[in-house]
Amino acid sequence: MNEKILDSKNVSVSFRINGELQTALHKISVSIKRGEVLALVGESGSGKSTLAMSIMGLHNAEQTEVTGSITLDGHELIGLTERQFDQYRGVRVGMIFQDPLSSLNPLMKIGEQISEAIVVHDKNAPNLKGHVQRLLTDVGIINPKRVAQQYPHELSGGMRQRVMIAIALSNEPDLIIADEPTTALDATIQAQILDLIKEIQLKKNAGILLITHDLGVVAETADTVAVMYAGQIVEQADVEELFANPKHPYTRSLLRADPSNVSPGEELYAISGTVPALKDMDHSKDLFLQRIPWLSDDVVNATIDEELEVVGDNHFVRGNAWKTFEFLDVTEKGHAK
Amino acid sequence: MWQTILRRILIMIPQIILVSILIFMLAQLMPGDPFYGNLNPNSDPATIERLRHAAGLDLPWYQQYFKWIGNVLHGDLGTSYVVNKGWTVTRIIGQRIWPTLSMGIIATILTYFLAITQALVSARNENKWIDRTFIVWNTMTSAVPSFVFYFIMMVLFVYIIPVFPSSGTGIDDTQSFFVNFFSNLRYAFLPALTIALFSTNSIYQYLRSNLLDQQAQDYVRTARAKGVQIKDVFRKHILRNAFLPIASQIGYSITGVLGGAMFAETVFGYPGIGALFVQALSGRDYTVITAVMLLQGILALLGGLLSDIISAWVDPRIRVK
Amino acid sequence: MSELVKIENLKVYYPIKSGFFDRVTDNVKAVDDVSLTIETGKTYGLVGESGSGKTTIGKVLVGLENPTSGKISFEGQVVTTIKQKKAINYNKDVQMIFQDSQSSLNPRKTIGDIISEPLRSFGVPGKIGAGYDGQRSFEQDKINARVLELLDIVGLPARTVTQYPFQFSGGQRQRIGVARALATNPKLIVADEPVSALDLSVQAQVLNFMKKIQRDYNISFLFISHDLGVVRYMTDNIAIMHNGRFVEIGTTEDIFDNAKHIFTKRLLSAIPSLDVKKREENRAERKRVEREFVQYKNDYYQQIGSYMRAYDLESISETHFVAIKKGEN
Repeated sequence: MNEKILDSKNVSVSFRINGELQTALHKISVSIKRGEVLALVGESGSGKSTLAMSIMGLHNAEQTEVTGSITLDGHELIGLTERQFDQYRGVRVGMIFQDPLSSLNPLMKIGEQISEAIVVHDKNAPNLKGHVQRLLTDVGIINPKRVAQQYPHELSGGMRQRVMIAIALSNEPDLIIADEPTTALDATIQAQILDLIKEIQLKKNAGILLITHDLGVVAETADTVAVMYAGQIVEQADVEELFANPKHPYTRSLLRADPSNVSPGEELYAISGTVPALKDMDHSKDLFLQRIPWLSDDVVNATIDEELEVVGDNHFVRGNAWKTFEFLDVTEKGHAK
Repeated sequence: MWQTILRRILIMIPQIILVSILIFMLAQLMPGDPFYGNLNPNSDPATIERLRHAAGLDLPWYQQYFKWIGNVLHGDLGTSYVVNKGWTVTRIIGQRIWPTLSMGIIATILTYFLAITQALVSARNENKWIDRTFIVWNTMTSAVPSFVFYFIMMVLFVYIIPVFPSSGTGIDDTQSFFVNFFSNLRYAFLPALTIALFSTNSIYQYLRSNLLDQQAQDYVRTARAKGVQIKDVFRKHILRNAFLPIASQIGYSITGVLGGAMFAETVFGYPGIGALFVQALSGRDYTVITAVMLLQGILALLGGLLSDIISAWVDPRIRVK
Repeated sequence: MSELVKIENLKVYYPIKSGFFDRVTDNVKAVDDVSLTIETGKTYGLVGESGSGKTTIGKVLVGLENPTSGKISFEGQVVTTIKQKKAINYNKDVQMIFQDSQSSLNPRKTIGDIISEPLRSFGVPGKIGAGYDGQRSFEQDKINARVLELLDIVGLPARTVTQYPFQFSGGQRQRIGVARALATNPKLIVADEPVSALDLSVQAQVLNFMKKIQRDYNISFLFISHDLGVVRYMTDNIAIMHNGRFVEIGTTEDIFDNAKHIFTKRLLSAIPSLDVKKREENRAERKRVEREFVQYKNDYYQQIGSYMRAYDLESISETHFVAIKKGEN
């Protein structure tokens, strides 16, 4: 059960913008085992979705350069042709997106949209209707017959996301990528969808790549976590270890910025500045340090090791700043309580 | 659904009344009347007065309106003073409407066919030379007045390469429907093709940008993530969504048939409603003018209704109970 | 504590028309008989799922919509309708911050224009307009001084007055929205999901900032949100909404530590916890609450067809009210 279903090594992604190659993702190495949920967490612009799109081969080939290696169950994905990618998208990898309303074709019945995912890979799929209804039942839809005949706008947000999950599951994939699957949903529905994802993880024994910006979602769902900033992984650890023992300044800053982790009397830690633009990303440095005002220029501009440092059992941190980092305003009390 | 359609039709009644009043008043505002150009300038003013009185032209406008609308409701649109002097307007329109309809239908079909083909090719080849060619073509046809092209087409295909007849409709009342149908096709095709060639621009531009918009939608990404090939995503998903707003336009395009026919029929010597309207305008044959305008008004309302029905039919989101 | 705004028996209905003659056959009860009192300098959380009617209350409160019935008073004056609100320049005192700072700022106007708009409508407030000397100066000078002062308050440099919204990040735009809301020195700000579109770091900036201006200017907030984590951090009192009705009102402690209504419990159990060790426990708790919700919903809701209408609120302490069937507590 410990086989790596997804293994990415030194994946870099660059976009050609105005004729110039700009690096959005720099040497990302992550792996997912069967039955494991890996959460990629970071703010917008961190490159989490870029990695997902590279695994799916959904980048515009003319404007994107992907290097490194991504293997799925041992098969190399980088360098596949469009047609070869079509062979395994939806079969070996299923994907769930953020906004289930816009992600479903408004003019197609739910049943058709699910059966398309099956038929596209097997024209003579037997008992299609039964298969669709079984999938809908699997994702917790009580009246699958009726739902299959409905259009996306006739369903609630939670139901639509269940349908998206049914589509992702339709060919029993080895890997499921969920890109912010609950961000557009209400809290109770979010909890239901996360529980469903956990249930699928147990039942289907697929690997799950969960992309989110929400630390609560990570804590509830992930087995391992990779924290991303500006196209790089800054810290990676098992979920318990990460929340109990965060090392990198970015991880610690995020935890202190989360209102559900800070008592109302205390001030939230507001990270200053913004994520650098793609063209300003110098990946030989720890880019997050620019956003800590009290650090000296020497520390901020120091060139750091490309490899993440092993700081514990399956716990990796980028750079050296974490060794001495302290919040300037107050001590780090109250965090991760 | 049927209830909604019925209600829409009922709402059309006051709309038609309003349109008829407007048209009538417009006709009243036109300078002169049918007698001015057609009478000997030396006629006795008393004679003119008598003629005008006999035609009811000396009554206040609202009385004239009620008289007119009353007659219209009885199917009496009056008598032409100028174009076909002495003929009833109903008879003139009855004779002229079929050529216009046949040409209009052919023109509409060709327009959509050409515009859709161009837009599809453009969207699949965004920013390539073929896309740019179509953009330039459509910009040009919308910038240059259409009658310029009509003359070029006329000269080209009637005189230089005489493949099409020069004037007439090819309809002969003594012949059977089928004979007329095919002979009319030969006459209607050139003006219809000409209208179509030069009126693709709005549909083309709309559809092209729609197609490009739809390609960037999230559901396209979903389909790609299912493993559907790009060309199939285009065929199964993008097309229908992009066509949706165009489909509802088809209803309105009926309205354009008469308007578009005006120049084309005149230039090609194709005696339909459009040419009739131009003749009537220049002769101030206002019984004919009001009748054609009324017809146009009713067509516009019907076109709107048709558009709504089509939208409701093709888009599940606005389906009415 | 003084009472700033009082909402009594507020109803907002949207008619459903049907049949051949488009007659009103039913109503969507977006807000169905709710009452709430807002005190000076406090933050009130209005929590519910999408479609619960929370935004509608916010809109009625700032005068973007008229109520169907009910009464709203502001410092003792009746301001139920938009007309009544206009009559006393109510929006000088009550402003709104929106969720989507991108679309709520006019892209063709400079930041200076955007922030000074309420000043041009209502004049420059005298009390805290420290940027001018209180003498009669030209109105435009006063406005300019106030705009610069506001930019300073929200931490944006003075040169931004001539810039346009697209030149700013999401967090900065949200602060511009706050500056605009603050311009007239309001007493109440209705904040409709002010941070849900923002990243965690930016969200922290905006939340800290809202707390700061509350301390500095004694502003009341009506904080509309579906995010209970943020609501707990920000508010003193909370009203939980479901299907246009309040199901529970109380202090933040009442709600989080002593929730009584099944819907509140359900919402609370859905909050993801950062405590990884407890997640199995939380999941079991969610399942348990869900079962309880199904089993006991008749104790909390009147079933009208498929529509669940919460009972009227019953007091269970001085601050804590719950919608349960009479005699159940």
